[in-house]
Amino acid sequence: MLSILDALAVWSATILFTEHKYIFLTVLIVVTAIINFVYLSEKAYPLRYILPGTFFMILLVVYPIFYTVYVSFTNYGTGHILTKEQVIEQLENRYYLPEDTQDFSYQAFKLPDQSEYAILLEGEQANLYLAINQQLEEITTNDPRLIDNDGDGNIEQIGDYELLSRGELLKNLSTLQNLELPFNDNILRMKSLAAFSLYRQQYEYNGTEDKILDLKNNISYFPSEGSFTSDTGDELLPGFRTFLGWENYLTLLTDDRVQGPFLRVFLWTFEWAILSVLTTFALGLFMAILLNDDSLRFRKLYRVLLILPYALPAFISVLIWRGLLNTEVGVVNQILEALSIDAIPWLQSIFWSRFALVMINLWLGFPYMMLISLGSLQSIPDDLYEAAAIDGATGWQRFKTITLPLILVSIGPLLISSFAFNFNNFNVIYLFNEGGPPIVGAQTPAGGTDILISYTYRLSFESGRGADFGLASAVSIVIFMITAVITWFNFKYTGALEEVKENV
Amino acid sequence: MYRRQDKKNKLLKHRVIWIVIAFALFPLVWTLSAALNPANTLINQQLIPPNASLENFDYLFSNEQHPFPIWLWNSVKISFITATIAVSMTALAAYPFSRFKFRGRRNGLFVILLIQIFPQMLAMVAIYLLFLNIQEVLPAFGLNTHPAIITIYLGGAIGVNTWLMKGYLDTIPTSLEEAAYIDGASRFQAFYRIILPLARPILAVLFVLQFIATYSEYILASIILNSNEKYTLAVGLHLFISDMYANRWGVFSAAALLGALPIVILFMMVQKYIVHGLIGGAVKG
Repeated sequence: MLSILDALAVWSATILFTEHKYIFLTVLIVVTAIINFVYLSEKAYPLRYILPGTFFMILLVVYPIFYTVYVSFTNYGTGHILTKEQVIEQLENRYYLPEDTQDFSYQAFKLPDQSEYAILLEGEQANLYLAINQQLEEITTNDPRLIDNDGDGNIEQIGDYELLSRGELLKNLSTLQNLELPFNDNILRMKSLAAFSLYRQQYEYNGTEDKILDLKNNISYFPSEGSFTSDTGDELLPGFRTFLGWENYLTLLTDDRVQGPFLRVFLWTFEWAILSVLTTFALGLFMAILLNDDSLRFRKLYRVLLILPYALPAFISVLIWRGLLNTEVGVVNQILEALSIDAIPWLQSIFWSRFALVMINLWLGFPYMMLISLGSLQSIPDDLYEAAAIDGATGWQRFKTITLPLILVSIGPLLISSFAFNFNNFNVIYLFNEGGPPIVGAQTPAGGTDILISYTYRLSFESGRGADFGLASAVSIVIFMITAVITWFNFKYTGALEEVKENV
Repeated sequence: MYRRQDKKNKLLKHRVIWIVIAFALFPLVWTLSAALNPANTLINQQLIPPNASLENFDYLFSNEQHPFPIWLWNSVKISFITATIAVSMTALAAYPFSRFKFRGRRNGLFVILLIQIFPQMLAMVAIYLLFLNIQEVLPAFGLNTHPAIITIYLGGAIGVNTWLMKGYLDTIPTSLEEAAYIDGASRFQAFYRIILPLARPILAVLFVLQFIATYSEYILASIILNSNEKYTLAVGLHLFISDMYANRWGVFSAAALLGALPIVILFMMVQKYIVHGLIGGAVKG
């Protein structure tokens, strides 16, 4: 097993090496070394079991977390995808047609059945050039490779290359147009069907001064915030990836067009999570108390029917609700109409959209709360209630002083987990209304029901606007920190960490 | 007097419960009705369709623009493979934490606990960029491939499950393995032949939970997969409903019912474990 793996690793390593993917190569070598150590060393025996899972966890959970931190400090995104080296390379390959250009008439020749071309060029002073395989050389009219079979003064063949007729020329046009023949620091490129022309390199990178010089207009461009920029503020496209420091975070907090919508999203995320927990817990506990009665008939049936919403995959339920709440044709508005109530704009108004979301989440979530409350209720000893009844406590008093406090002790941590879950409940928010309706005047794609996680998603992947991975990652980091605080609170509340330390 | 009051209370209880049941079943009943209604649009819906038929289901299986059977199959395939590998890796990882004494054991468990606090989808940008890079070297694991999305799910599956698994393994007495060692079993044989069969119940529960969680996942699948024949059901159905809402409502309803069915069955099998409060939040909310 191990030897097969090692052989595979060596094989991939050679491929990676020849393709200059050194980062992947390093990763591969380190991983292979660790695997070998773990499966050969007796001391590392327990690791043999843990390694497969750990490998996936590090690659797909731990590494992405750190990478998110890194990206949040860069301008990675549409227009800034490439590295600086790649951008320089791209710019240096751009050419322009100078005013003193020279035109060359040409004839194209091609190897039969292959995409190999030979170009015979004739300059303005009737000097001849032959280009084979991108190599250009000056030749004389009596070069032995030029073959004039019928003696009419026109060349029909160059070596094995055969002259292309006009029709064949058009067929091969796209390849020919891409030919760049080096000619004294400049290049020759097809300008029109009739001629090749001399093109000159437009940009040159100066490493010592770290600038791009525009040779045509003699302007210097210096790197600034991910683009080469001139003194007058002109930028060369494309931009490149670069380290921005706290810029993305500052944008979130201080840029008026971003900050306003971001704060709204931020506040709504908390409102949403709190409302979700409170409503589902209230209804769930209420139903649990009703069902927690041995003498109640149909108890089992009720339980099954009430759990159903929880049994469905949430994405399907949300999409169903989206149809039912369709403003023009949805069932809910039809029923309201029958009761002579005006149609409610469930998907168009921010208030009603939020209202609908809380209701949908109540529908999705109350069975879970009911289940855990039922479990918890059964552990409350009956004699507490008996004692309370003797003291003459009313139902509400018994609930307030016995049931609620005891239940909160056992399921409090689950409520905090539920808060954390709903804080990032992307599916419900996004599948219902894609975070919409849009907030008017927002520069970033922030909708009236967007929560932080759906905002991140839309910043990065919503088509239409460009992707801003840097800003999206900054929002992710904000969510990370909030999640960490919630969890810390949860652990403190339950003392779970101490328990872990003692029991493992 | 007292008894009559009691009876009245009972009746009230039943009524209240039925109101909530009506709320719980309302969308499901309408979906069923729409699925059987050949009229197919949202507009002319009736609770009991006049000429119920399975026309919508037929359409589902013959629509080439929205290949529902392929989406369903993709989802089942991805969920099955993910759950199988995840449970195997979890069982392997939890075993030494439960049985062996080794350096870093306590810290290892602790780190796993800390890492699983952060939902994987928070790092969606980084995961997307990672696979964008992998694509250049290993196209088979690049964007828009099922191996990629399965690999991602596997990364997120290890955390919580390892803890649940370890908790269960702790309840199996070590004397069984000691007996096996005396009979000449190697350490791995003791794990494979003795412990694993005894852990079958927790393996089954973890498998089902992982299956449901994978099946219901939307965000990462929508980032990684981008062609019709690769979509999972969640991504496909969302696309379907955004494309043609009102006029294919019956077909959507049929798809929703068929798509939900496997999960409802699996869920009913494990729901009693949720009462213990152990696992609920890990899957759904």
